[in-house]
Amino acid sequence: MQEKKELNFSKLYKIFVYVALLALAVSIVVPVGWVFLASIKENSEFYGNPWTLPKGIYFQNFIDAFEKAKMGEYFMNSVLVTVLALAILLVVALPAAYVLARYRFFGSKVINVLFMGGLFINVNYIVVPIFLMFVDADKFLRNLTGDGFFLNNLFVVALVYAATALPFTIYLLSGFFVTIPRDYEEAAYMDGSSYFRTMVQIMMPMALPSIITVILFNFLSFWNEYIISMTLLTKDSKTLPVGLMQLMQAQKAAANYGQLYAGLVIVMLPTLILYILVQKKLTQGMSLGGLKG
Amino acid sequence: MKKSKERSIFITICVAPAVILFIIFMMIPTFNVFKMSLYKWGGYSNNKQFVGLNNFKILMEDTNFFRSFQNTVLLIVCVTIVTMALSLIFAAILSREKIKGQNLFRIIFYIPNILSVVVISAIFSAIYDPNSGLLNSIIGIFRGSDKTPILWLGDQKLVIYSLVIAMIWQAIGYYMVMYMASMASVPESLYESANLEGAGKVHQFFSITLPLIWTNVRTTLTFFVISSINLSFLIVKALTNGGPDGATEVFLSYMYKQAYTNSSYGYGMAIGVVVFLFSFGLSALINFATKREPLEF
Repeated sequence: MQEKKELNFSKLYKIFVYVALLALAVSIVVPVGWVFLASIKENSEFYGNPWTLPKGIYFQNFIDAFEKAKMGEYFMNSVLVTVLALAILLVVALPAAYVLARYRFFGSKVINVLFMGGLFINVNYIVVPIFLMFVDADKFLRNLTGDGFFLNNLFVVALVYAATALPFTIYLLSGFFVTIPRDYEEAAYMDGSSYFRTMVQIMMPMALPSIITVILFNFLSFWNEYIISMTLLTKDSKTLPVGLMQLMQAQKAAANYGQLYAGLVIVMLPTLILYILVQKKLTQGMSLGGLKG
Repeated sequence: MKKSKERSIFITICVAPAVILFIIFMMIPTFNVFKMSLYKWGGYSNNKQFVGLNNFKILMEDTNFFRSFQNTVLLIVCVTIVTMALSLIFAAILSREKIKGQNLFRIIFYIPNILSVVVISAIFSAIYDPNSGLLNSIIGIFRGSDKTPILWLGDQKLVIYSLVIAMIWQAIGYYMVMYMASMASVPESLYESANLEGAGKVHQFFSITLPLIWTNVRTTLTFFVISSINLSFLIVKALTNGGPDGATEVFLSYMYKQAYTNSSYGYGMAIGVVVFLFSFGLSALINFATKREPLEF
């Protein structure tokens, strides 16, 4: 009797577990899948029941989004900013993380503490002063040369992205560099290898898995970021998420649903493809980092 | 001697660019938040007037600010409790039980985390749409479609909870994967002996799993405050823009509004100072309140 009761309980428990898991999974898959279906619907199909399947593949939405809503141009901007920001970030953060993790020198403790403190500062807390700093700098430049430089400049946006990602990136990379035994460097110095060569040719290749994790996380955050780019790019050139926000607002007035959902697909497809390709790396990498801003 | 000079040159070249960028783009702006909060300043004009703590005095009487304060606290409390509880439970289930398609669930749950908040907002505005939204059309089946539609984003009382759901939806997978990673390092032998002693699953969760990953839970909680303040801003900005009628205004969205729309930068930065102090204070408080003797295994 007792045993039967227990069996029933564990069966119920199992059912409950699956229902809970499936409910959460459905709540994620259905809306995302719905967007993909909606992106090939014609505008007239959006009135009435939202659950109807598309009548056909209306590809014009994507052409409209790319051309009329300029998502193609914004796409290129986003690619440029993301790649530039990643490049700057790696060039700056890798040597710094390596040295901070493995050398003791005058001020090294202070610098480490500063970067740790930086983990607590979210970019959106300080976006206003950053903006004003550029306004001032541009005013100064305009007096000198007659032209501003800092606002509406994709390179500057990339630089801000890279700079504000430094604390997290350095934290993650030095966490790895600390674990490498001293012997590698000592052997290299014995062979007459310079500091610089030792870092580039011996240490960095060993850090490759961590570097890939860093690239993945920062790719996602740079690609998806929109507050900084909305603030610093006030004119025509925008990044994808900001362009998408514009589409959202325009849609409220002019009900251009197809274009909006095509725009959504354009923004999320690159991240989804990347995620499917590297999802193991990404979720494994999290045990390395342990946190994010 | 030559070696030591070479060493310091190497160190300087490696560290200097990072430190310079960090100082220019993070330390100086942070410092400026505090400095500017003491000025009355329209922003574009050079007309800065030192007003001491006057901005904070105005802030104390600003009912809109209090509303954003309340909304932020409400969001943090609701989202933190539900997200933490659910992600811990799901992590425990996925790492302790034999589940078919376990890997697939993990992959799916993480998806919201890789989407831009703008994308998430667009998805949720499709879900919450009063007339042709996904949610109302499902509810319509049960309560009859002739009733007035529920205004998920238009009802002042309801809208904040609609945001809570969106934020939980976004965060759950990330924390789940993180807890799964730390649960994987809990040795299996502990569960085996607990099984032998006849301890139930719930009991095992509270007396083995949770204590052993507590350090990780603490760290995530501390950072969760900061990321919720930030995330609530991102979602509000894209989904409701503070509306309807200020019902979803949060700390940072109010700051942004004061600074840009209203061009009162000094006042906006006073809000920024409060945000800084609030988030540090709350993080410290959580850190203190969750302190336990670390368990080794």
